[in-house]
Amino acid sequence: MNKIRTIDRENFQRTVNRLAHEIVERNIGTDNLVIVGIRTRGEYLARRLAKKIQEIEGKSVQVGILDITLYRDDLRGRLDQPQLKSTEILFDITGKVVVLVDDVLFTGRTVRSALNALTDLGRPALIELLVLIDRGHRELPIKADFVGKSIPTSLKQEIKVMMTETDSEDSVYVLDVDEEEKETRQ
Amino acid sequence: MKLTSRHLLGLDGMAKEELALILDTAVSFREVLDRPIKKVPPLQGKTVVNLFFESSTRTRISFELAERRLSADVVNFTTAASSVSKGETLKDTARNIEAMKIDMVVIRHAAPGSAHFLTRVVDANVINAGDGTHEHPTQGLLDMYTLREKFGALEGLRVCIVGDITHSRVARSNIYGLTTMGAKVSVCGPATLIPKDIEQLGVKVYHRLDDVIPEVDALNVLRIQLERQKSGLFPSLREYHRFFGVTKEKVSKAPKPITIMHPGPINRDVELSADLADSEHSVILQQVTNGVAIRMAVLYLLGTTN
Repeated sequence: MNKIRTIDRENFQRTVNRLAHEIVERNIGTDNLVIVGIRTRGEYLARRLAKKIQEIEGKSVQVGILDITLYRDDLRGRLDQPQLKSTEILFDITGKVVVLVDDVLFTGRTVRSALNALTDLGRPALIELLVLIDRGHRELPIKADFVGKSIPTSLKQEIKVMMTETDSEDSVYVLDVDEEEKETRQ
Repeated sequence: MKLTSRHLLGLDGMAKEELALILDTAVSFREVLDRPIKKVPPLQGKTVVNLFFESSTRTRISFELAERRLSADVVNFTTAASSVSKGETLKDTARNIEAMKIDMVVIRHAAPGSAHFLTRVVDANVINAGDGTHEHPTQGLLDMYTLREKFGALEGLRVCIVGDITHSRVARSNIYGLTTMGAKVSVCGPATLIPKDIEQLGVKVYHRLDDVIPEVDALNVLRIQLERQKSGLFPSLREYHRFFGVTKEKVSKAPKPITIMHPGPINRDVELSADLADSEHSVILQQVTNGVAIRMAVLYLLGTTN
């Protein structure tokens, strides 16, 4: 398997910092702003962004965690059952500007699930989408407002985002996975 | 991780990991119940039939709410208004309902083993909502959930089930589930209402509340069926209350406050005194809320696997 590191530790940090700046620039500060991360790595990204925004603006931003398992459109087709975890959004999102955060934007189906899950929790004034990596191949009409890095990929490739909260390092890899290997792994 | 069976018939024989999976999954659904919109979509397009051959208010409503909150379509069947009153067998009733293309069946029936029997005649997932004196697995699970929520863990927890153990499916499901999770379970009641050899299930037997109260963290007080008195298993309700009724005065002898549970409906001042049922140490209403979350977890886990 061919494995290329696309973002290393230093650049990972720079990218997150830039995204934090972009959020406060576009929203003219942090008033009414909340950040919601999609489990698992979206949650860690959301926390890092909130920390950075606190440094920039001197104001804290509320962070929530969204579990989209119940809203997946492939819940019944799968052989294994995805582990259901809790949504932890301890504030009312109605009327808020919600920055929805995920690590990789691919088909757009996860974001579709997340939008349904969010709108079941309240009626935000605005939802903005932030992703660390946009790898293309959308199957739904979804576009991110903030993108860390666009990486054009083929369908045979995989994007692996690693974050020190669960992994050994902060980095992003592009993996070439051939079909046979993919099947044995699934 | 998923459940090994397509059905939930009882807690007897279920692995610790499976019980933990259901309890953990229920935590997520408990959170859904606190939302303004208490509805999530995973069972969209699935049809669930509630087959209740025995009267039940709480369990049927709890199952129906759980099903609707998972976006399933729900059909209710109660014997009074059905062809069972015209002499149709359980097998025919079930087969006919299944022929209408349903996905899951929740069954309550007076005959032990009726849920097992149903799995042999229909393809749908079967959930036992109480089969005679055999098991009531979702009640056992919701009691375990409530205890875990209150105490943090079940391992080593000392729980005594008080009342008519012989005729209680709630007692049996609790004993199987709790002992598997490592709790120390005991039973207390008149000798006429405790099965011989119950120790083989890993429980300790008491015949006096005063002996058990200093030894436990929680008491699960069972409803005493008034018809048992008519069959001579205990002399009178008054006498039952005097010896086995759980009261504030009796539990005050415990070194620390005892948590009080009851599967409902309560005979106030018979098996449980009214003041204790309404006290801060009672978790009876939490049990009811948690019941919906547990049933959502079971329906979700069975309804979304292939």
